[in-house]
Amino acid sequence: MTLHPAPLTTPEGIGIWVGAFLTFCVLSFLYKDNPFYKLAEHLFVGVSAGYYIILNFWTVIYPNLYEPLRKAFAGHGVTERTGMFAAELGDYRGWLLFPAVLGLLLFTRLFGRIGWLSRWSLAVIIGVYVGIQTTGFAQGDLVAQVQASLQPLWTGKLGSSLNAIIFTLGLVTSLLFFFFSREHKGALGVASRIGVFFLMIGFGAGYGYTVMSRVSLLIGRFQFLLEDWLGIVR
Amino acid sequence: MSLVTALEKLDRRWIFLTIGLLVLLPLLFPLALPLYVSPPVRSFVEAVDSIPDGSRVLMSCDYDPGSIPEMVPMTRTALRHLLDKKCKIVITVLWNGGPGLVDRIVRQVVEHEYPDRQYGVDYVNLGYKAGDEAVMVLMGQGIVNAFPRDYHGNDTRTMPIMQGVRDYTSFPMLVNISGGYPGTKEWVQQVQARFHLPMVAGVTAVSAPEYYPYLQSHQILGLLGGMAGAAEYEKARGEKGSATRGMDAQSLAHYFVAVCILLGNVVQWSKRRRPAP
Amino acid sequence: MKRELPLFITAVVGLLMILSFFVPHQAVSVPSDFLQQCALILRAFGYVLGGVNVLLVNFDGIYKRQPGWVYKIVLVTTLIATVVVGAVEGPGFLNPHTRSKWIYDNIYSNMQATMFALLAFFIASAAFRAFRIRTTEAGLLAVAALIVMLGRVPLSNALTNWLPEWARLQSLQEWIMVFPQNAAKRAILMGAALGVMATGLRVILGLERAYLGGED
Repeated sequence: MTLHPAPLTTPEGIGIWVGAFLTFCVLSFLYKDNPFYKLAEHLFVGVSAGYYIILNFWTVIYPNLYEPLRKAFAGHGVTERTGMFAAELGDYRGWLLFPAVLGLLLFTRLFGRIGWLSRWSLAVIIGVYVGIQTTGFAQGDLVAQVQASLQPLWTGKLGSSLNAIIFTLGLVTSLLFFFFSREHKGALGVASRIGVFFLMIGFGAGYGYTVMSRVSLLIGRFQFLLEDWLGIVR
Repeated sequence: MSLVTALEKLDRRWIFLTIGLLVLLPLLFPLALPLYVSPPVRSFVEAVDSIPDGSRVLMSCDYDPGSIPEMVPMTRTALRHLLDKKCKIVITVLWNGGPGLVDRIVRQVVEHEYPDRQYGVDYVNLGYKAGDEAVMVLMGQGIVNAFPRDYHGNDTRTMPIMQGVRDYTSFPMLVNISGGYPGTKEWVQQVQARFHLPMVAGVTAVSAPEYYPYLQSHQILGLLGGMAGAAEYEKARGEKGSATRGMDAQSLAHYFVAVCILLGNVVQWSKRRRPAP
Repeated sequence: MKRELPLFITAVVGLLMILSFFVPHQAVSVPSDFLQQCALILRAFGYVLGGVNVLLVNFDGIYKRQPGWVYKIVLVTTLIATVVVGAVEGPGFLNPHTRSKWIYDNIYSNMQATMFALLAFFIASAAFRAFRIRTTEAGLLAVAALIVMLGRVPLSNALTNWLPEWARLQSLQEWIMVFPQNAAKRAILMGAALGVMATGLRVILGLERAYLGGED
């Protein structure tokens, strides 16, 4: 095992040392809260907020709004047609003034008295996502899943038939657990209790996978420290 | 002080230290434990293998540095898998924190291992776009309408790889590597359900259980779950990447957490059985 | 104007988006495509607004000398510096070897990864201090968690290889994931889908107005 730490002579190398220092600042929180952790935390929030501003400006506002509007004011667009409002699918030219104005109206939230103007922008956002998600959930999560659940309970083999029965029983009883229009008594009570058992197995499996996810994040950090920072080579 | 009392009063920093060491030591001294390729991962490999060689494939890398250890190995191996099949790859990123990371991974794989592949001809990184599901549906009407410029600021309409690309019908498959929302669930709901684009998914372990229904209904054709899924994918492809190297540490940490659960309950049961003072 | 117009906009836009799922005609597809473009642009403005809000809140904190105001100076300075550097570098600000890319790779990326890595420590600590098996349901949860957690790692492959295939931890883990766990998750998926559809209709019909906020 030999040590080949990142060089301090290149910007990339210095960056790795900075990254390692900040990593230890954050990990120091495990001992107790301290000024190094607070410094790193505030540095992270500042850099993140600044990064989100500049990212959304250059990747969305500039190419999807400013550039098409600039071309539209010159009477051009993506297609051959001329005219500021000569829009067609994918080429909206001057009509993009509408989202431009709505986007600026969002900032009225920062000014108390005229903050209600931002509701118009929010209404468009909410309307778009409500429409998209209603159909998405209906088609992707309801219809397709019901279709896939309609499977034969007898497959010709005992093992897979038993599995199909267990699956269907689990699905139906779990769904019945979420039926709150009637009190869970009698047959419904028994069914929903069985459903709870299946749900607990599901949550237990989810917990197991969550542990895997969290541990792997720590593994990744140690791999950065050992491989990129210290360059430990075997 | 009895053992049970000592455990009851245990400072949690000892637990932190123990798990830290159990993760660190196998990285320094690997155990090389054998990996086994599970059925969802095998399905993923078979689905990607079924893509005709030379096709143009859509790859959406929807994650940020918070899920590097799980997502990056999957991305690398999937890129190699597609490039070995001489596929052309169109990459998108729907997470704020992702574009710089994804670009670095793509360049590391392509420029170092496939130097004959040309940017803009054989692969393109369209970069990030805000909007989550709205972007997905918008791409269904026209990919370049949603991404008029790529990650580097180039005009996508003039790129050779984007010639003839209209919408999702231009791709035989979507390879989605996703860290959460927006991600696999939204691609299934908005793209697979609406535009019927076949897809495979690599997801974080924390979200993997909720995608088993999609796998069973064939809405996704293959699933990689977490670092274990990434390691199994590497094994299936004959690689030994960072996911494989991390599985020894994962093993010890999991057993330690299991011991913590059991010990914690033993302490509790002992407390309950102890007579009141 | 203050409440009725936004509710009307939401209803019309929402209905148009739902209609666009069923009607491919351009009289519907072009307006819905345009509205999706608008949503993209508005979301981006929203992120910018969020960043500006962080700046204003922390400026206020520094001015009023709130506890930890010195750290807020670091926050504000780095926020402004990141924006200025990115603005100067233009659309290719994340290209290799730019200053913005250096900030992204070495500060943002490392810090975000480490913040999430802390969770591994806390999940181990919580497993010892908080995971209590007091009922049958909790016991089932614990058994499933242990089988899945242990069955997913290669150490279990090595430890249980001598058992018949159906009895190995990895096989038990797979069976749990594909059958009982799958059934439960599918039920939750379907229930959530119904909930989302119901809430969506309520928002479109103006019965759900929480997103408007405020009194007026």
